[in-house]
Amino acid sequence: MPKPEGVQEKRIAVEARGITKIFGAGENALRALDNVSVSIRQNEFFTLLGPSGCGKTTLLRLIAGFEYPSEGAILLDGTDIATLPPFKRPVNTVFQSYALFPHLTVAQNIAFGLEMLGKPRAEINARVAQMLKLVQMEELGQRRTDQISGGQAQRVALARALAPSPKVLLLDEPLSALDYKLRKEMQIELKRMQHETGITFIFVTHDQEEALTMSDRIAVMSKGKILQIGGPRDIYERPSDRFVANFIGETNFIDAEIDGATGGAAAVIARLPGGAQIAAGVPDGMVPRGRVAIVVRPEHAVLARPDEGGQLRGTVENVVYSGTDTHFHVRLDGGNPFVVRSQNRRGTEAAFAAGDPVAVRIQDGAAQVLRD
Amino acid sequence: MATAREVSDRAARRDVRDRWLLSAPALIVIFFAAIGPLFVMLAYSFMAKGDYGDVKFGQFSLDGWFSVFLQRDIFDDTITLADAHLSIFWRSVRLSVITTVLTIALGFPTAYFIATRPRHTREIWVFLVTIPFWTNLLIRTFAMQEVIRNEGILNTLLIRLGIIAQPLQIMYTDAAILFGMVYVYLPLMVLPLYASMEKLDFRLVEAGYDLYAGRLQVLRRVIFPLVKPGVIAGSILVFIPSLGAYVIPRVLGGGKNMMLGNLIEMQFGAGRNWPLGAAISITLMAIVMVALLFYVRNTARSGAGHG
Amino acid sequence: MGSKYFDIRTLPGFAFVAMVTFFLLYLPIAALVAYAFNAGSSISDWEGFSFRWFASAWQNTAVQDAAMRSLVIAVVASTIATAAATTAALATTRTNAYRGLTFKYAFINTPLMVPEIVTAVALLIVFSRVKIWTGYSGLGYLIAAHTAFCIPFAYLPIRARLESMDSSLERAAQDLYATPWMTFRRVTMPLLRPGIIAGFMLAFVISLDDVVITEFVKSGGQDTLPTYMLGQLRRETTPEVNAIATVFLALSVLLVTAFFFINRRKA
Repeated sequence: MPKPEGVQEKRIAVEARGITKIFGAGENALRALDNVSVSIRQNEFFTLLGPSGCGKTTLLRLIAGFEYPSEGAILLDGTDIATLPPFKRPVNTVFQSYALFPHLTVAQNIAFGLEMLGKPRAEINARVAQMLKLVQMEELGQRRTDQISGGQAQRVALARALAPSPKVLLLDEPLSALDYKLRKEMQIELKRMQHETGITFIFVTHDQEEALTMSDRIAVMSKGKILQIGGPRDIYERPSDRFVANFIGETNFIDAEIDGATGGAAAVIARLPGGAQIAAGVPDGMVPRGRVAIVVRPEHAVLARPDEGGQLRGTVENVVYSGTDTHFHVRLDGGNPFVVRSQNRRGTEAAFAAGDPVAVRIQDGAAQVLRD
Repeated sequence: MATAREVSDRAARRDVRDRWLLSAPALIVIFFAAIGPLFVMLAYSFMAKGDYGDVKFGQFSLDGWFSVFLQRDIFDDTITLADAHLSIFWRSVRLSVITTVLTIALGFPTAYFIATRPRHTREIWVFLVTIPFWTNLLIRTFAMQEVIRNEGILNTLLIRLGIIAQPLQIMYTDAAILFGMVYVYLPLMVLPLYASMEKLDFRLVEAGYDLYAGRLQVLRRVIFPLVKPGVIAGSILVFIPSLGAYVIPRVLGGGKNMMLGNLIEMQFGAGRNWPLGAAISITLMAIVMVALLFYVRNTARSGAGHG
Repeated sequence: MGSKYFDIRTLPGFAFVAMVTFFLLYLPIAALVAYAFNAGSSISDWEGFSFRWFASAWQNTAVQDAAMRSLVIAVVASTIATAAATTAALATTRTNAYRGLTFKYAFINTPLMVPEIVTAVALLIVFSRVKIWTGYSGLGYLIAAHTAFCIPFAYLPIRARLESMDSSLERAAQDLYATPWMTFRRVTMPLLRPGIIAGFMLAFVISLDDVVITEFVKSGGQDTLPTYMLGQLRRETTPEVNAIATVFLALSVLLVTAFFFINRRKA
């Protein structure tokens, strides 16, 4: 169970309990979700992150009510809604394709949910106007949905889903159809709206950068399981698992040895291949011993001349310039590769070149033991 | 309370039931007014013929099927091939094959021409093919009659040009039926051909020319294999109705140049031999089914080939 | 044409054959229409321009009856066929394969594959007996037969429309608190409408055009316009038949044009 982060324990908005979803039967059966449990807090921007086919969209569809779980319960404010049809759940979705009704205007699209709830006309009109203002499209209410741009369609989809004031808003890769610049803008916009409305957002994406930028907490998924849940910094700097470390950002994996049992400590001393020792963080509840893998992010290490000292030694094989940074691809003396990323500042050009023998210095607190 | 699995199972069962209910009206109408009667007809083909048409109900007889290809001499009971029926079968198959070949000869370049027009004019050309397609078959047959009659446009023109002195007798010949069928079924060839040519990736044609193929080789080695599904679809669409043609041979072929459709009609009219008519109908349907099976197998294979 | 540059799209002679084809497609129709306006009573000698044959066709009670009957059958049959095809299309699209689905496809499309003459005589066999049994010999038989062969035609565009419809739209409606019925009424139906209209028009044209099945199913005195014309073609024809055909043709062209534009708008 996740530990409380703030002083006060926040209330749980949505809880999935032991959810398993199997598509098909017999030989073709596909286990899309495998005993998944997760609690999403109120007012939280929660992201389900993982590669395609990891089950993140299936979990979202189960919460929306488009699929029924094979096993398990879905609790909304403490009551099980797993068997309710979608139109009886106070949960709205922003679809990946936006799914704007092509036969209705922008305003009619936004009004749709309110009409279905039987709200009085005056209230609907007021709410639509308010929503158009929220997404900054006051002028475009009477447009047909094929007369607006992709970014605008995205906003309408958002306004439509927010109009009935759902308890939870589900977003299924809503930014994937936008180009890079627009996507960046919408990321900030989405954060703003989540803040203004105070609604719980559950966001599905395969884009790790997007997840890190926007989320309060992230659940990293793979093959129908949740591997790690935590804040963006936790996930990035303290990956508990090889898949998580690999999926999010670039990583160096180093084999290390741990002498003796260290029961329950948050950090252990690990011995690296060259013999140097380093303090490494430990995932919750793990008691590492013997041979383990540890990870170090490329930007958490620096190169030095061999005589200046460092935990690892090797030879620069390749130097790759990429605008903001330079990547130094080092072959360690044991034969393993190691990448060091250094930000490009004026006057630091080409401190090392291919063929140079180097030492690698890992920064304090940068190493993390993996669970596997 | 029901578990999620029970709820979803129940929903799935209800869905299948609803889908049967929704399709029931269409299935019932088609059963009673299209497919069911075919089975009745099959039964009729095994009954004895009535004296004034119809059948002697429930009286089993193989005479109908016997007479499809054979005949028994009234005097000495010798059995010979039914030449009249055979020649009609042969005419039907031959004319249908020639029709198919001719429609490919005209339709392939036409479809290619349409497919290589700029996008906005393409639609107009397709539309021009669609109009005759949706025009009444009888009207088109009648229109063809206008052209090939002794006093029709074709003969008048040829006489004016001094090419012939006497009008050519085209009406009431096999040629007239052929003219009519090519004219009437041509759109059925052009449309599927166009559909497959429209999808033709001209970068492949470029690649062909780039690899030293000449025009003829590109046509034969690149374009034709790629649009072959369209050629086959068009051939089936032309061949099948040609084989079962009734109106065209009746109007243009006159009484003597019968095709299968007219032979069938005759058994239900003047011939008063319903079992034979039923047997010929089923034979015709069997030929059509074989052609369709050939088509399905072909498309299934090429479909698999494309992944 | 005749460009000195090599155009990879051009194949020599193809454009010429295409032009010949279009010419051949329209020449007979043009001749037919032209003689409908002939002042004389011949369909070969041109004796000047006149509307007399349109007038004479208009006043011909046999033509009036046949035209009326054609319209009644086409309207009723294509309406029923479109309704049945719509529900059938809803039942056979956007689903995982279920038992009986392939059977339904095959069943609905069978009338397209059986030669018309075969269906016609099969219907003759059955209906002639039913007519004796029931004593009823009204238009019902023709309407039933037309409905049956119109269903697959109406089904085609409706099914195509349904299949191309984004299913997330209906999910979105349900997500926004629309019950299944409201989803159908407010989202599915409006989106399906162009397909239904196209299906109806196809069915209508097909019913209006039918000769063979009608010829075999009709009772005495139940001529439709096409069977009436077929009867006329047996004797020496006057331009009156051309006039009828011309009006008929104009109607078909009108419907097909409307169909074309409806389809284009949706795309």
